[in-house]
Amino acid sequence: MFDGKFVIALGERDGVAGPAIAACAKAAGSEVVFSATECFV
Amino acid sequence: MDLGTQEAILRLVNQHGKESLLVLLGAPDAESAEISAETVIIGDPTYAGPLAEAQLGLDVYHILEEEVKSWIPAETWEDQVGLMADVLDAEEIASAVRGMRDRRESSN
Repeated sequence: MFDGKFVIALGERDGVAGPAIAACAKAAGSEVVFSATECFV
Repeated sequence: MDLGTQEAILRLVNQHGKESLLVLLGAPDAESAEISAETVIIGDPTYAGPLAEAQLGLDVYHILEEEVKSWIPAETWEDQVGLMADVLDAEEIASAVRGMRDRRESSN
């Protein structure tokens, strides 16, 4: 799933944040090209 | 989805190509996960951002889906996601994102 992929990490403040998703993707061997944590209020 | 985020996704598609990108969501519920998935597959449903009618058809998963979890080292998973995995309704969220992927498959 992660092989050769560039990951876009779209986190949300009330769910899983962007940096946490990015850390998981990096640990799985992917390059993270964008990370954000959005906030819907 | 933020307009700035939509602009960044469009730029990355142009830079790397659709097939090279994998979108991972961290939405807290099925509704917001579905809207985010829809935005990167079909286009911005609010027609407000640069991804309106973009039909990018990107690969998109939620970080809590089993298919994603199985690729991530267990220790990293627990440290980064474990707490929220106990709180959020992973199955309902996964079902919503899977549903959007199925719509993409059926339109191809």
